Amino acid sequence: MTTTKKQLHRIDLIFKNEDDCKEILRNALSRSDQEIVNEMVNSGLKGRGGAGFPTGLKWKLTAESKEKEKYVICNADEGEPGTFKDREILTRVPHKVLSGMAICAKIIGAQKGYIYLRGEYKFLVPDLKKELRKFHDILDELGLDFRVDIFLGSGAYICGEESALIESMEGKRGEPRNKPPFPSVKGFKGKPTVVNNVETLAHSYTILKFGAKKFRDLGVKDSRGSKVFSVSGDTPIPGIYELELGMTVQDFVDDFSDGDCKAVQVGGASGFLVPRKRFGKTTIGYQGKLTGISLPTGGSMMIFNSSRSMYNVLNNYLDFFEEESCGQCTPCRVGCQQLLKGIKAVKRGEKPTSYLNQLLKLTETMKLTAKCGLGQSVANSFSSIVENFREEMIY
Amino acid sequence: MDFHEKLVQNLVFKHGKDRENLLPILQGVIDQERYLSEEVILKISKEMSIPAADVYGTASFYSFLDIEPRGKFVIRVCKTITCAMKGKNQIIQSIENFLKIKVGETTIDKKFTILQTNCLGWCHKAPAMLINDEIYTELTPESVVDILREYKEEN
Repeated sequence: MTTTKKQLHRIDLIFKNEDDCKEILRNALSRSDQEIVNEMVNSGLKGRGGAGFPTGLKWKLTAESKEKEKYVICNADEGEPGTFKDREILTRVPHKVLSGMAICAKIIGAQKGYIYLRGEYKFLVPDLKKELRKFHDILDELGLDFRVDIFLGSGAYICGEESALIESMEGKRGEPRNKPPFPSVKGFKGKPTVVNNVETLAHSYTILKFGAKKFRDLGVKDSRGSKVFSVSGDTPIPGIYELELGMTVQDFVDDFSDGDCKAVQVGGASGFLVPRKRFGKTTIGYQGKLTGISLPTGGSMMIFNSSRSMYNVLNNYLDFFEEESCGQCTPCRVGCQQLLKGIKAVKRGEKPTSYLNQLLKLTETMKLTAKCGLGQSVANSFSSIVENFREEMIY
Repeated sequence: MDFHEKLVQNLVFKHGKDRENLLPILQGVIDQERYLSEEVILKISKEMSIPAADVYGTASFYSFLDIEPRGKFVIRVCKTITCAMKGKNQIIQSIENFLKIKVGETTIDKKFTILQTNCLGWCHKAPAMLINDEIYTELTPESVVDILREYKEEN
């Protein structure tokens, strides 16, 4: 018997290699700032790094500041386990990202932009520099006073958090700041700064080219547009795929799994593990008024088949967090250490199984008291794994 | 003027004395030396008028700014989930056997150091490793030896 597998609709907006950034920019320069901001707001585009802050609003808030010196930063510190789409975007269509930066700069009134590139992607620098030279020539031709530089990271996951990224650019330890003030008010060198993910900037190019409506027509309510997904793990077709937001995990699994899928990690180590019984009820997108549960993701989709031990998976994540915690605030620094020690002790039988409940409480405390998203989000993977695969934590 | 003094002075001249240039300067030393010695940290502190403890504190925060002596070629094998699932341990084993050192160690000829690192962003082509800034993906216990052999023969 042959079965036809339903395939999710592949979108081809981001990677379509159009060579028309000069026209797009020229067109944007002829429109009023207000008009472009409205277009961005209407598109419903939300930050594609994972946090999902409305992009149009971010630009608007930064534009409203009366400060003369402002900055645009492209966040290319792609460090979430299971994410690799930003590198692909910067490799294949860097001019779209740069155009997005230039348009943002025009609207907020910035003359200087930076690409914060993770140290692991240093090999991209020569090609990016070539691309920058070409792009600067275009800007000169159009009379736009804006320059972009590359700033290299040095292997610290936390620098993907925007305020830690800014600290790092200022030559300091990448320790997140207290918020507020947000970077839109006080960012790089204390000046208003927009920090946008690579993919977000590339989408803004698409929106300016085709209009907000074309973008809005994709996806569902509260989760508009397409998204580039990084698919890895137990799948015969790992790679990068642009798909519409709003699909269920079941649709995704039908398309990508090896047929023996036990669970999917949505959003990387800081995201949620979805067990098989919830595939049909969970959608991929931003939290909103949707029926059922909707999970946001920076694009990381990791598939685990039945041969995988969820204890090993959680152990690996906690090992990651324990190393990458910046150590600045106690809930995260000590919390990550204790969680890792705790699950090992339960596994070895040195602690009673009820100790897992205490660890779950600890993650709740971290969620409430940690200073930044890293410490707050450890609870996501920890509770979704421990609650759904408790027996694997013990035996 | 000794070599280190010159290296630091050139880097400070190239990037500038402002604090925001500290990372590019530290990275510049790493490119040449593969690690930041106490001597270099003191020189940077003096040139940039930043307390030495502050320079050290910043450097030690970043996993790629090593403060211990490293070999000419620093091997960083990704240990995060997908690479772990796709046979990272066998890759490490194969490298250890070939170079006759363990993870965290440097060969006697100071040519190679083996380290593990967090997600390199090549999960779809796991397992992956970096040798200095070069990326190698879809490794097998055999292919990794071929790669290292080429480095070994190189001067």
